[in-house]
Amino acid sequence: MGFGPHLVLALLEGLVTAATLSLTALGLSLVFGVMRVVNVAHGEFFMLGAVIAWAVAAGFPGEPALGFAAALVAAPLAVGALAYASDRLVLKRLGYDPEATIVATIGMLYILQQAALTFYGADARPVPAPFSVRIQLPWFGYSGYKLFVIAASIVLLAATWLVLSRTRIGLIMRATQYDAETAQAFGIPVEKVYAGVFALGAMLAALAAVLVVPISQAHYLMGRDPLLLSFIVVIIGGLGSLRGTLVAALLIGLSDGVVSMFFSPTLAKIIATLAVALVLVFRPQGLFGKPAR
Amino acid sequence: MTDAGKAWMLHVALIAALFALHFVLPAYHHGVLARVMVLAVFAMGYNLLFGYAGLLSLGHAMFFGAGLYGAGLAAYHLGWSVSAAFSAGILAGISLSLAVGVLALRTTGVAFMIVTMMFAQAFYLATLHFNAWTRGDEGLVLQTASRTLGSLSLADPATRYLAALALFSLVLLLTLAVVRSRLGRVLVAIRENEPRTIMLGYDTFAAKLAATVLSGAICAAAGAAYALLFGYVGSTLVSVQYSILPLLWVLMGGAATTIGPLIGTLLMYYLVDLSGGPLDRLLPGWHLTYLGVVGVALVLLILFFPKGILGTVRGRWLRWLP
Amino acid sequence: MSKNTSLSRRTALKGLAAGLVAGPGFVRYAQAQASAPIRIGFQAHRTGIGAAYGRWYERTTSAAVKAINAAGGIGGRPIEIVVEDDGTDPARGAEVVAKFASQHKVDLVYGTLFSHVVAGSAPTAGELKIPYYVVSEGYHIASGKMNRWCLQPGITDVRAQVTSVAPWIAGNLGKKVTMIFPDYAFGYDHRDYLPAALEKAGANVVAKIAIPPTESSFTRYFPQIPADTEVLYHVMVGPAVLTFVKELGEFYGSGGPQLFGFIDSLEAVDINSPGLEFLNGSHFWEGSPRYAQANDSEAQKAYRAAVGIDDNGASVNDAKDISTAAHMFGCWETLYVIKQAMEAAGYRGPEDRQKLVEATEAITTVAEGPEHPQGDKVFDGRIHQVFGHQNISKLEGGRLNVVHRTSIEDGRYEPEADYTTQSF
Repeated sequence: MGFGPHLVLALLEGLVTAATLSLTALGLSLVFGVMRVVNVAHGEFFMLGAVIAWAVAAGFPGEPALGFAAALVAAPLAVGALAYASDRLVLKRLGYDPEATIVATIGMLYILQQAALTFYGADARPVPAPFSVRIQLPWFGYSGYKLFVIAASIVLLAATWLVLSRTRIGLIMRATQYDAETAQAFGIPVEKVYAGVFALGAMLAALAAVLVVPISQAHYLMGRDPLLLSFIVVIIGGLGSLRGTLVAALLIGLSDGVVSMFFSPTLAKIIATLAVALVLVFRPQGLFGKPAR
Repeated sequence: MTDAGKAWMLHVALIAALFALHFVLPAYHHGVLARVMVLAVFAMGYNLLFGYAGLLSLGHAMFFGAGLYGAGLAAYHLGWSVSAAFSAGILAGISLSLAVGVLALRTTGVAFMIVTMMFAQAFYLATLHFNAWTRGDEGLVLQTASRTLGSLSLADPATRYLAALALFSLVLLLTLAVVRSRLGRVLVAIRENEPRTIMLGYDTFAAKLAATVLSGAICAAAGAAYALLFGYVGSTLVSVQYSILPLLWVLMGGAATTIGPLIGTLLMYYLVDLSGGPLDRLLPGWHLTYLGVVGVALVLLILFFPKGILGTVRGRWLRWLP
Repeated sequence: MSKNTSLSRRTALKGLAAGLVAGPGFVRYAQAQASAPIRIGFQAHRTGIGAAYGRWYERTTSAAVKAINAAGGIGGRPIEIVVEDDGTDPARGAEVVAKFASQHKVDLVYGTLFSHVVAGSAPTAGELKIPYYVVSEGYHIASGKMNRWCLQPGITDVRAQVTSVAPWIAGNLGKKVTMIFPDYAFGYDHRDYLPAALEKAGANVVAKIAIPPTESSFTRYFPQIPADTEVLYHVMVGPAVLTFVKELGEFYGSGGPQLFGFIDSLEAVDINSPGLEFLNGSHFWEGSPRYAQANDSEAQKAYRAAVGIDDNGASVNDAKDISTAAHMFGCWETLYVIKQAMEAAGYRGPEDRQKLVEATEAITTVAEGPEHPQGDKVFDGRIHQVFGHQNISKLEGGRLNVVHRTSIEDGRYEPEADYTTQSF
């Protein structure tokens, strides 16, 4: 295949990665931005979203579109409720101490994996795409569903942005992020905001998973890669910066595809990983973050 | 007796107790303890950086791996003797931790976690990429014949136990000496308040780098010992799980305590070991694994014993515990 | 012992002599031990990436043990299986072997599939001098890099599998082959041994694409497949395999090169899953066929019934629970090899472990029958590896039909080691 078509394919693949990654990373970024909590279990909320999508879709045999739509509603709600509960039961009791919450969320990561293994099993299970259209380009074919994933992610991202910037909920969240003590003094129920933000972050991960699962499959160990990638995106973008998160997701998604054009796959992964580490070393506040006060 | 005297007495007594156990433990637990002591060395190396200097790394698997592969590859491909291969492992750990330290210590907090995690991930992928030498995840088996120290075979349970004990004792006393030294006090000062330490005129970067290299060298020693004592070198041992395990062991035993890492490693080992048998019979079909055990242990620990076992003991009763 | 015709003459004579010397005392001892079970430690992948295989390895093992015990056990003693989960992890694998040897005090360890667990556990088995029978198919034991206590007598290794299917690929599918394989041990065996075998058959490998194991999407690598590729040889394993096939289908549409794959990719996966349509008409290696074939032997039918799989290779209790038929027969056959070797060695207890390994090494051929339903085999005692027939199946009409069965000679290669010269 010529260089041009190869590049087109790499960019398309990069966009799909970037689309779902930005949703997942946005969740992680919100939680860090507002609560100053690094949620290591974020990837497991993603995994739970996929597993629940599988369970819901299995309830609509022969009706993939209906099953998908139901999963799109049910999975984020269920995962959000779980996240809300774990915030109340664990994180709140730790007083949202940064290091203690890291350890606690590592524990939650393992517990959620164990729960998935116990109740869902160790198999990878496919979820049918709501529709299957193959788009034939002059050089290769491409999945119509993947293009839908890009579009759907953009819509969901826009909706999230609207909520954050144009509604009272968003205002309260931003106030809490800016200064939790002052917000409390002005009568904002900071603890409730925290629990809500933690749930919202998990819901975004679950949404991304519902979109991704017809492309890959549901598996109890699938949360690790999204976690790692989201971390990278959030850090590169600058902790707590939503705009940075989006740009970084695009950057990481696209570069992952393009770097793989020039090197053998594993070597490409090594180079991409080291590059991210070095960006952080020389610009620890990320590309868009402000230096620490 | 002075507190320092008590501390040294306690450590010597611990080593003596471990030596005594060599003669009384049944075969299975004897073998387990040998393995736990090697892993506890890994945890002690981690503790130096995390517990005392307050730097939370999520990439220590690479230092363990530097020792594992440094020693393993030298023994496997170059036919080096055990002592030469062991030194190669430690040297590899020192070089890697120096390079990683110089870069990663430019960052702090969450960024430090992520940078170390990324470097470790690159190290893990490299063990796969250079599979012509490492055979990737399948790994290499070091033949028993190549694992001899003089006329002693490291594959022999008694020799192995004593070799593990020797390494453990050495690192334990070294840790105790370091935390009681000037460097140790500077590290604790950095953990408690780095800007103030800088203002007092200390070169905190140099102190942190020294701690990183010392930590890297100790973890590499554990990795090299693992390769030579147990005869296997594979990429699973440098995966992200092996960066999280030492954190868990240290937290369980008590961060910034010298003996905590051993207690944490030992407890965690038996918790996981038991999860297969008794727990499985209690809840058949639940497929309870280390995942559930480690997860529940972590959450309970951080909620109810955030200082770990020895940290709690020190806080309530024995204030002189190092 | 007399019913066993496949032992070498020397071992048979030795056994006979031992029986004569032992005389009446031996008989009394045997009676005293008659009721004590033979304990076999089963190193099972209950969790981790090998869990789906592990589930079926356990079922096959239980079925074989039930059959052996119903027919009088081993030398009159029943088998008792002790299971420990290794989490499909090499470090834990070694710990489990130690636990079997010194805590459970089993007679031998058996049943490992994933090759990194085999490599991780082998040193411990050798040090504790406990026989370690694996059902892994990796080219590790046969390579001579393990030790004398490790054996693989129930399933052909990947090197031999690859060598035996190469001539058929070159003769029937095409001469220019691109390989896509995971960048870890299972892929290396294919990468290292397929090219030479293909060249011998007049074909060649035009590209090798090693995919990192952390990858969950593959489309971006497909442009690296050269346009003149005639055969795409794929051996992806792990949870991402469905993605791999689906993306391949989207990429090529109805065209594209011929496909040849190892069923390892799709073990425990329904071949009619959504997204796998692209595989229709393609070919697979199968150790033992998943779907019941028209010419199945009585032994094969009895084996399938005993394990509990239907004509589609799914559990008789749950049509969605697909078996790992291409590999799990190795558990059944390995247990019968253990029985054969134990009886030949006059095995009484752990003190006879060395005799058990020697008796296994002495096996040369294995006859097809209820004990070996996959087919006859040749065992090479020097490299502790068995060689059998391989099946090539075509996916058509929603099932896999065997279109070619290789001969045992097709897969033989020059041994690179000789364990029998090693000391115990």
